[in-house]
Amino acid sequence: MSASAEATVLITHAVGLHARPSVKFTKLAKTFAAEVEVAVAANGPWFDAKSIVKVMAAKAPKGTMLHIRAKGDGATQAVKALVDLVQRDFDEDADHARSA
Amino acid sequence: MRVEGIPASPGYAEGPLFDLDQSTASYKAKASAEEEQAALVSAIGKAVGRLAALVETADGEAAGILEFHIAMLEDDALSGPALAAIGSGQPADAAWCAALDGEIAGYEASDQDYFRARAADLRDIRDQVLRALSEEGEITAPPGAILYGEDIAPTRFLETDWSEGGGIALKSGSTASHVAMLARSRGVPMVVGLDAPAAPITGDALLDAEHGAIIFSPSPAETEAFRQSASSFADRLGAAKTFLTAPAVTKAGTAVRVQVNIAYPSDVEGIQIETCDGVGLMRTEFLFGKTLPDEETQYHAYRKVLEWAGGKPVTIRTVDAGGDKPVPGFTVEETNPFLGLRGIRLSLARLDIFRVQIRALLRAAIHGNLRVMFPMIATPDEYAQAAALFAEERAALVAQGVAHKLPPLGIMVEVPSVVLAPEGFADVAFFSIGSNDLTQYVMAAARDNAAVAHLNSVRQPAVLRLIAAVAAFGREKGIPVSLCGDAGGDPATIPALLEAGLRDLSVAPAQLAMAKAAIADAAV
Repeated sequence: MSASAEATVLITHAVGLHARPSVKFTKLAKTFAAEVEVAVAANGPWFDAKSIVKVMAAKAPKGTMLHIRAKGDGATQAVKALVDLVQRDFDEDADHARSA
Repeated sequence: MRVEGIPASPGYAEGPLFDLDQSTASYKAKASAEEEQAALVSAIGKAVGRLAALVETADGEAAGILEFHIAMLEDDALSGPALAAIGSGQPADAAWCAALDGEIAGYEASDQDYFRARAADLRDIRDQVLRALSEEGEITAPPGAILYGEDIAPTRFLETDWSEGGGIALKSGSTASHVAMLARSRGVPMVVGLDAPAAPITGDALLDAEHGAIIFSPSPAETEAFRQSASSFADRLGAAKTFLTAPAVTKAGTAVRVQVNIAYPSDVEGIQIETCDGVGLMRTEFLFGKTLPDEETQYHAYRKVLEWAGGKPVTIRTVDAGGDKPVPGFTVEETNPFLGLRGIRLSLARLDIFRVQIRALLRAAIHGNLRVMFPMIATPDEYAQAAALFAEERAALVAQGVAHKLPPLGIMVEVPSVVLAPEGFADVAFFSIGSNDLTQYVMAAARDNAAVAHLNSVRQPAVLRLIAAVAAFGREKGIPVSLCGDAGGDPATIPALLEAGLRDLSVAPAQLAMAKAAIADAAV
């Protein structure tokens, strides 16, 4: 069975898709069999969402509309899970609020 | 040739010298592209292994950065181009450099400060692998070696196999450094502040870290004398172990409390709680290593130690950053940091950070017998301000319905003003003498300067008189007095401290047995 999915999400985290969020993002992407890609513009270029080197190279700062697309097994779930992670600010806001 | 230094961790080591400062060996080209590729893959694996070991001991923020480095190194997208370049004839080191330099240039070109700053991470990653590549089988110190050089990084210490002995001899370095603390807790002999000899250093050497000296190219007579001293030290250490499990009592039958100083929550894992009377000093600077810790990280660190101690007291010192312990984003750069914004002064200047620590302490207090003390107190007003902050944060926790407890609040006695005008401190819960700083302030001799080390001694009459004055004031007002500086664990100084009236010492865990043995031998 082959599926595909695509979504766009606004990066609200203070410094964008930076080191630690990228670690979380790529680790989550790797849990899906589907081929997952990200881009900072609708027409690409597209980067492998499972490669931290590629995701960091996208250099997506706060306010970027991040495009996520997936193809293959679990594509829909993969896109949804990654969008959720970005919307939760990579589960980092709680840590930051405490030390602020 | 004998060169004098300062003992940083007592003990004796005899073995081949290993030069810490030799320029890193250059990479040796391999016979085939396949071997080159294998060398690169193995070097990346080695770098990942090292980082993974560091993650174990790092806290939240630092661990996050290390995990990022690991994720980058494990990504085939980073090694792929380098492996391909090797396949077309490049040596491993050049191929790796070229691949990484391409990535680095990409980050440096970013218009975002944050991403530009990641170029430094990429350089770090590049150099870690280069180091592992050029190290292949030749650079690790042989077992039992004496590591000699300018200074040593904590990672190097942790990577070294100390199971067959060996020691550390440094030209600079400090007895208060991170490595010195590690060496003391692991029982690795270490001497710092050695004068650099002119001739190149090779061959065997004798390290006397009890008195603070290294002997290069020893004569048979020197070796003979050294071995006698080493064996006498080992005997004393062995005899001391028999004192470890019993409470400390002097020859005259005077009971002395002996607690331990710890720097990391994980330090307690190597200590039997039955062998000590509690934690006399838990430092909290470790939490402030490279970044500022959040409340949860601190709470869990404090709770871990409190639960380990059972009902025994655990005295936690609020963050003592500044001086020789800078923290980016917290401490300020000063021309004379030991006399500047450090300890409680810095905490009171950065209430945002201090309040987080106070909340973590109040919440952790319910898990054991916590006492909290403030470092670098010079005036009663500073204590009053700090105590008021505890009251405020406590009220906030009450309002939020968060479980907590107000611990007894005491002060470090390390600024001479407290000893000279103690009447303003009659309402503090306890005193803990920080003999390292008290000595350096009384003698005007920096603790990290080898040139004035002879002045920096607790046994100077002026310092002992001040310690006796604090002990007397405490007895008069019913305020408990302890001492948590390095002097408390020094067998040669313990009799003088007991003479001065102290009955409560806190020492490095590795010194516990020797300290108890020295107490048993004291006449007081």
